[in-house]
Amino acid sequence: MLVSVYRYNPETDDAPYMQDIHIDIPGGKDIMVLDLLQLLKDKDPSLTYRRSCREGVCGSDGMNMNGTNGLACITPLSAVVENDKIVLRPLPGLPVIRDLVVDMTQFYTQYEKIKPYLINNTPAPAIERLQSPEDRAELDGLYECILCACCSTACPSFWWNPDKFIGPSGLLQAYRFLADSRDTATRERLADLDDPFSVFRCHGIMNCVNVCPKGLNPTKAIGKIRNMLLSQAT
Amino acid sequence: MVTSITSFGRSGLYDWMIQRVTAVVLAVYTVFMIGYLGFGAELTYEAWTGLFEGTAMRIFTLLALLSFAAHVWIGMWSVSTDYIKPTVLRFVFQSATGLLTFIYVIWGIMILWGV
Repeated sequence: MLVSVYRYNPETDDAPYMQDIHIDIPGGKDIMVLDLLQLLKDKDPSLTYRRSCREGVCGSDGMNMNGTNGLACITPLSAVVENDKIVLRPLPGLPVIRDLVVDMTQFYTQYEKIKPYLINNTPAPAIERLQSPEDRAELDGLYECILCACCSTACPSFWWNPDKFIGPSGLLQAYRFLADSRDTATRERLADLDDPFSVFRCHGIMNCVNVCPKGLNPTKAIGKIRNMLLSQAT
Repeated sequence: MVTSITSFGRSGLYDWMIQRVTAVVLAVYTVFMIGYLGFGAELTYEAWTGLFEGTAMRIFTLLALLSFAAHVWIGMWSVSTDYIKPTVLRFVFQSATGLLTFIYVIWGIMILWGV
């Protein structure tokens, strides 16, 4: 099969380019894209990409495969290869450090902005802050996010305003703490989000939902943040 | 919190709300006009002026006109902050949009009360 992979080494290349590599898959098996990258790296050790857990838990190997963001380690070739060809590019919109490795600073800066930790200034109980099973269930579909950045880098609003729009990933996490019955900073959190960019740059096109490798729904979480802002302000 | 001084209401929620309310007004006005033009009485000069001489129709049209202005501002402001990165160009675009919208509103009022 033909693999077209994005190559860029700022120390030697003036500009990024696409490298076409023909490769035979051993035994014609339906391997994961990450395994394909390892085969390529065996041929050319200079090929650079991030990886760690190789089972969709760490979120390191988010990349753009034939135009769709996803995790290379849990994406089988059969799911993305078309006409015996695959195009591998780094996550769109973020600065490229080298080949498939992007600089995630903008993504993490937005994540930091939503204060991704429990805020509760009431005296701590002797053992732990308890939650009813119903309250705990509110966090399902939110806490599972692994911050792989597949969603935010698939979002045009994040491409155009990565310094102002929190992005789907950060907003999913913002709602994770807004929805937490143990968190007492709801009012402050909402006040921080009520500007024309942080939340409201989302126009609901749902690219984020389409690509999330964990099957989460940031658009729904953003809608709930909007409803919280609405019910507080009307 | 991102500071913004050129958006319509400076609050994201306010802009979002106004955009939706004005959209409903414009939709109702559009449906009314399509209904009037498509299924109303024969369109003569008398019928047309008669329609716009009524106070209710003037209020309805002015409401649609003001809704249009607010809707345009919020929409074009959004587009400009997405796609026009140089600050000077963006400001010029926003100013031109504001001026044009203002002219349309005043012109619209003159037409409406000139009937």
